[in-house]
Amino acid sequence: MNALLVLSIAGIAALFSGFSNNKKLTFAIVLLALAAVFTVNALDWNTSVRHFNDMLFVDNYAVAFTGVMTLTTFFIFALFVDYKESVEVPNAEIFTLLFFSLAGGVMLVSYSNLLMLFLGIEILSIPLYILAGSKRHTLTSNEAAVKYFLLGAFASAFLLFGIVLIYGVTASFHIDTIAAYIKNTNGQTPALLVAGMFMLIAGLGFKISAAPFHFWTPDVYQGSPTIATTFMSTVVKTAGVGAFFRLFAYAFPAITAEWIPTLAVLAALTMTVGNVTAVFQSSVKRMLAYSGIAHAGYLLIALVSLSSNPASSVLYYLIAYSVSTVCAFAVLMVVQHVSGSEEVDGFKGLSKRSPFLAFITTVAFISLAGIPPTAGFFAKFYLFSGAVKAGHLWLTIIAVLNSCIAIYYYFRVITAVYSSGSDSAPVELGTVQKAVMIVTAVLAVALGLFPEMIISLL
Amino acid sequence: MITIALLGLPALAALFLLISRSAMAKQIALVATIAELVIAVVAAVQFAQNSSVQFLAEYGWIPSLGIDFKVGMDGISLLLVLLTAFLMPFIVYVSFKKKYDNQAAFYALLLLAQTGLIGVFTSLNGFLFYFFWEVVLIPVYFLAILWGGERRVAVTFKFFIYTVLGSFFMLLGFIYLYLQTPGGSFDITALQSLQLSRETQGWIFWAFFIAFAIKMPIFPFHTWQPDTYAESPVSVTMLLSALMVKMAVYGAFRWLLPVTPLAVEDWGNVVIILSVTGIIYASCIAIVQKNLRRLVAYASIAHVGLMAAGTFAFNSQGLQGAMFQMLSHGIGAVALFYVIELIYEKTGTMEIASLGGIMSKAPRLATIFLIFILSTVAMPLTNGFWGEFLLLLGVYKYSAVLGTISTLTIVLGAVYMLRMYQASVLGKASAATQNFEDITFQETLILSVLVVVIFWMGVQPGIFIDVAKPAIETMLSTATQTVLN
Repeated sequence: MNALLVLSIAGIAALFSGFSNNKKLTFAIVLLALAAVFTVNALDWNTSVRHFNDMLFVDNYAVAFTGVMTLTTFFIFALFVDYKESVEVPNAEIFTLLFFSLAGGVMLVSYSNLLMLFLGIEILSIPLYILAGSKRHTLTSNEAAVKYFLLGAFASAFLLFGIVLIYGVTASFHIDTIAAYIKNTNGQTPALLVAGMFMLIAGLGFKISAAPFHFWTPDVYQGSPTIATTFMSTVVKTAGVGAFFRLFAYAFPAITAEWIPTLAVLAALTMTVGNVTAVFQSSVKRMLAYSGIAHAGYLLIALVSLSSNPASSVLYYLIAYSVSTVCAFAVLMVVQHVSGSEEVDGFKGLSKRSPFLAFITTVAFISLAGIPPTAGFFAKFYLFSGAVKAGHLWLTIIAVLNSCIAIYYYFRVITAVYSSGSDSAPVELGTVQKAVMIVTAVLAVALGLFPEMIISLL
Repeated sequence: MITIALLGLPALAALFLLISRSAMAKQIALVATIAELVIAVVAAVQFAQNSSVQFLAEYGWIPSLGIDFKVGMDGISLLLVLLTAFLMPFIVYVSFKKKYDNQAAFYALLLLAQTGLIGVFTSLNGFLFYFFWEVVLIPVYFLAILWGGERRVAVTFKFFIYTVLGSFFMLLGFIYLYLQTPGGSFDITALQSLQLSRETQGWIFWAFFIAFAIKMPIFPFHTWQPDTYAESPVSVTMLLSALMVKMAVYGAFRWLLPVTPLAVEDWGNVVIILSVTGIIYASCIAIVQKNLRRLVAYASIAHVGLMAAGTFAFNSQGLQGAMFQMLSHGIGAVALFYVIELIYEKTGTMEIASLGGIMSKAPRLATIFLIFILSTVAMPLTNGFWGEFLLLLGVYKYSAVLGTISTLTIVLGAVYMLRMYQASVLGKASAATQNFEDITFQETLILSVLVVVIFWMGVQPGIFIDVAKPAIETMLSTATQTVLN
């Protein structure tokens, strides 16, 4: 809860820091603020306190997910120091928007009342609608903002309608009360409640871009400034999956038969659509958008096998995914700037232009592809073993086949990096940018070698 | 402790090379691989000849999932570790004359691959085995894609996708086995003592087999192999054919046969028929090859096919033959690719048609080449003889028909190998071999080491067979008991 307070204050402070034209001051303030959020959040570990009349329940689960989102945001802010793409919104305002969005994310992983779920989604999304359109004079950016906003509003309506239906049946917004109500019906779950639950699935599915609610993702990811795309594909996904997991683990564990088949189909569909479409992309940014969809599919498997997949497997997967994605986007930002395109061909000859960058790209994409010794591998392994344990062997086989497809397109980038390109000017990197790349790449390998420190958390 | 030293030394040397970017990279790498060989020999001397796992080292790694860092060696592992340690100095030395950009990285990656190989051969935990199995692939991928021939990018890409595809199914198999163990463990003893139903074993068998079949490669999973061998830098071709192929045969020995004996009984015939088909198929293609490296690549498919047939015949002769042949084939592959590389250095071509007349210009090279070829075609007194003899015996015991067909491998092998020798070494000198100089004293000395080992293993095969025999017999008797129950 304190994290939420600090975040809100930080957002306002960042806004005012814009009055001074000292960019360095702004960066110092926002990075320090995030460090403060991280610390304050970590202090809540093992306290499990209910706040605001039991609207928020800050348990270890919430603390861990908040920690991941804060850390990811920290990396993204740091990347902004050497950011080259022109964004026609002052830096201070971008930070403010991201702070508020992060606050929405924190609510999403710590709610115990469906109203907070709805509020969280809105607070998370509205700043992102603005950010998506922040390249005001670019057509694609405008398109991204309009698409994201219209479809997002549509999804929110579904979510709200679902909440209302559930309220109509159970007379409560509180997830524990809802769970207790379902338990008392002894298998005779009212159809309205199930309908409400499916609407929640649709609304949340939109946020984590699960198929068939994913159509906005590629256009929005591609049109938005890369820094916003990075935030959307990491922090927003973490928040959305966190909310999803919390909802089904706390509110609907008694009626698994109602939602497991649906989610299993969604998972299979999401993985397949994401991976197969990613194969045909020539733009790396768009490819990462589809790969993000695919990863949402793998994460849905964790939800389907909730009985044997502990929260730690979702947490570990999200950490591995976030770290590798931030690393990949960090490289993409540089390549975009120096080669003027975000196509796979833009990566050609990178190993000659900057061996360092080539190495970082390799680590990031190997981790996304899920090959040892990286975190991406252990994440998949851990998640798949949970799924097999829960008896979803077929779903796991589909996931394994999908992982093979994924290797194809991830390695296309790595292969491009090491093939010869036309341009040979060396690439200059900013210090902070370099530091972020090193830290995320090291994390991607270190977490893969020593996963115990994360999986024993939850 | 010795096992940890074997694993750590190449990794540390690689790390040193990567950080220091030393100009002496190749010398450092050579010293490191020779030091590794010394350690391996010390291990062999200390090894007690029984079926137990020795030099055990065990550390907790991911305790909450039952994953330990557990390594050790029994006879089977020890022989393959020795093979790796013995061949690596040659694999490093053969690239000495090459002018590669970024040498330090090249040799560092070779050393990393060695760590991965030793890891595969010594892991006693399924997760660790899979981990090393995949880790080997990464340095090899980069070696091939950074320093390979013209078509390297497409070829390496295919090779990589192919092998990873196979490995993923193996991972699924491991996960399934892991969940069947009481309390959840990847430990080899836990996995081997599982009592699975016949049907389950069948599924597990195929999940593992696809991974191994692609790596070996067994017909019809072999299509990545000839291109990759032809396009990779010579060190990598050696690494792939001499050592990485053995990972798959070893994997079958350690993780497939003891865990799924019932499935081997059910499906062994399918695998052996595939292998024998592969032998004939690859041999026939080898006969018409025009490029030396591609010819040896297809010959390799044929030889590995026989190894697979012997392994899955699952009797004492077959397994021991496969074990012995792994060593012979490893040494033979390095030897042949070494000679081909020397010819290539001097003439700039690997096309058989443009060679010839080397015998008159370079008698030393020609003689050594002949010895290597005779070992490959299983000439008595060379190591190749014992491996093929035992393998054929094993397959014959399994099925007289298949055994008889497999015997063709020797006939066809003689055809393509001697034909290659005749066309490239004998006859009149061509334009390319006009000014062919014989190999230097130093090169003769290096190749002589291989010659000595080839004859040593050919004359005293017992020394090598006895190392792995207890482990193989124990595995076989345990599995037979399971089948009888």
